[in-house]
Amino acid sequence: MKKEFTISIFTEHHIGILNQVTTIFTRRQINIESIAASASAVKGIHKLTIVVITTEDMIDKVQRHLEKLIDVLKVFVHTNDEIIYQEIALYKVRTTEIMISNKIESIVRSSNARFLEITPEYVVIEKTGHKQDTTDLLNELDPYGVLQFVRSGRVAITKQTKELMAYLKEMDEANNQSAVHSQQSAVGN
Amino acid sequence: MAKTRKKEKITGAKALLYSLIEENVNTIFGYPGGAIMPIYNELYDIEDNKLNHILTRHEQGAAHAAQAYAMVTGKTGVCFATSGPGATNLVTGIANAFLDSVPVVFITAQVVSNLIGSDAFQETDIQGISMPVTKWNYQITQAKDIPEIISKAFFIAGSGRPGPVLIDITKDAQMQTLAFDYQKCTHLRSYNPNIPLNPADIESAAILINHARKPLILAGHGILLSKAGKELKAFVEKTGIPVASTLLGLSVFPSRHPLYAGLLGMHGNYGPNIKTNEADLLIAIGMRFDDRVTGDLKRYATNANIIHIEIDKSEINKIVEVDIEIHGDAKEALKALINKVNANSYPEWLSEFKSCNKIETAKVIKQECYPSRGEIRMGEIVSLISEKTQGEAIIITDVGQHQMATARYYKFKNPNSFITSGGLGTMGFGLPAAVGAKIGKPNVPVIAFIGDGGFQMTIQELGTIFQYKLPVKIIILNNNFLGMVRQWQDMFFDKRYASTELINPDFVKIAEGFDISGRRVKERETLEISIDEMLSREKSYLLEIMVEKEGNIFPMIEPGSSVSEIKLC
Repeated sequence: MKKEFTISIFTEHHIGILNQVTTIFTRRQINIESIAASASAVKGIHKLTIVVITTEDMIDKVQRHLEKLIDVLKVFVHTNDEIIYQEIALYKVRTTEIMISNKIESIVRSSNARFLEITPEYVVIEKTGHKQDTTDLLNELDPYGVLQFVRSGRVAITKQTKELMAYLKEMDEANNQSAVHSQQSAVGN
Repeated sequence: MAKTRKKEKITGAKALLYSLIEENVNTIFGYPGGAIMPIYNELYDIEDNKLNHILTRHEQGAAHAAQAYAMVTGKTGVCFATSGPGATNLVTGIANAFLDSVPVVFITAQVVSNLIGSDAFQETDIQGISMPVTKWNYQITQAKDIPEIISKAFFIAGSGRPGPVLIDITKDAQMQTLAFDYQKCTHLRSYNPNIPLNPADIESAAILINHARKPLILAGHGILLSKAGKELKAFVEKTGIPVASTLLGLSVFPSRHPLYAGLLGMHGNYGPNIKTNEADLLIAIGMRFDDRVTGDLKRYATNANIIHIEIDKSEINKIVEVDIEIHGDAKEALKALINKVNANSYPEWLSEFKSCNKIETAKVIKQECYPSRGEIRMGEIVSLISEKTQGEAIIITDVGQHQMATARYYKFKNPNSFITSGGLGTMGFGLPAAVGAKIGKPNVPVIAFIGDGGFQMTIQELGTIFQYKLPVKIIILNNNFLGMVRQWQDMFFDKRYASTELINPDFVKIAEGFDISGRRVKERETLEISIDEMLSREKSYLLEIMVEKEGNIFPMIEPGSSVSEIKLC
């Protein structure tokens, strides 16, 4: 059964890494629902957050394949109940629509959105939330003529208590051990 | 990380060559062109005994030769090409090395960095093009990055599950200078190829092995790559478990060993295929359950527990669900297992394989290898060569029917003595691979079996053989057909032979133009004497043998069939 997964990919900050990552989804005919790239809490390490709808079996294979990429440090796959996530949406409507009635204003107020910019020609409304929330607002504003709509990729924070730093430390230790091991075996030879 | 060379100011091009020397490279296969000229210009000053450059006749040839060189020597191959078409001509070779997990470092040149993205002359985005078929790739635009990136390239290509790495170097980076300082890469924070074995997995695997009644080992290329032939033999001889081999695993275990069960897969042996579904335990080592091995997955290994020893975690549970995964190096895993398993023997189980072999011999092998009349068969040629070389030659194949006949009938003695294109199935691989193998192992006879179709895909490499006077023996099994495609047309497309018949030129005459002696054989009576003559020659030789025009390779597991439905005719 297909469901929604949020994949957090921690990578070295190299040119072409996004391409390497997306090609793994392309090959398996998996559509990317949303994508966001940003810095992570660890300096020099970037984070890609990708949302896909697929099966558990497929997501396992994708995760292993992503972790195989040389410049990928760690990959986490989460279902929606394991993360705190948010998206941001912006809507542009004509200022005249607001002047005619106070409907838009009350929609904005009741949906916890806010006016980001107001000019004589247009206003820009901002709403953060889950996809459903931002879609609902879009539907409500639709009768008043939405000139532009845009929604960001999902950004997510995991509920797990073990943080990336701890994993990095473990990976570093394993690396040092194996470096010592390979030096020893070189001496042995 | 010890400093290995004192700082001196040199060009990026020279730094590349020095870096290769630091990595113990002494052979490069390549082809020059505009953007890579600074590198070739520096190569001119380096003595041949330090860096020997082999000029092929096409970049694809260089790529295949570098791969075969890596396969026979166990070292990382190196291949040069210029930007644009030079780089794109490598792509088939890169993909071939990728699918067969062979370590090759490809160096391509790129237009000067300020022209990148402008559709400059001979500019192509080789980093983007090669991304899905390389283990890693990188574009260098500054000379100072060359030593570090080259050391990374070799570390990545040769460690873990090996594979091709492509480094693209802009022309300006080749010409800038840098203070050369080389440090060997020993680890990367994002990539740790040395995976410690999990002792619990070894314990559980040993228990399964010790309790199995009908166990079967599936030996793959990973054992050759981890240089674990000895460990495999020790493990097999202690446990008494029969060994079946994948196409690329061939030669890791001696074909004449009493515990050798034969070749797996679509055109493999009857016993190992049919017994896959009777075995109660499969021990898969360094193999990846390719569809050509498994047949219909729903009816594969129906009675067996599966232990999978594999260094690439993404291969475990990718195709078949396994019961015990041993994630790690084959050599280490076998070493650990040897101490935990009981000495054993399976006389009844082995006799079942022998019965299968009898059936296969009666229905297929006898007619194929020892026919008394009719046209010459591929099998009899391979058998003769196998006997006459006593299994000591390095055998190269191209792709198709002759490849399957060679894999089936040559009796291998030494590891890494079978060089073929497995995963990608690249026609045209054979001739340049023979070049690379001969340069890698000049003192071992190299014999290439090639079909008349594949030969003409990279026929220009006869020029390389000529220029370097490489004493390779080329056997063309000529049926004037693209034989394997014709076999499928025969079996599955109502014998509608669409575009598979070849009207061929005079191959012996062509070889003569390259100063390669040759002979065409049409009759069985002259077959053996011609082979003797070829083998007695010290120089290169081309033997064209006219074989059965519409011969089919059997046994065969038809597409969609189960391994247990393997057909003998």
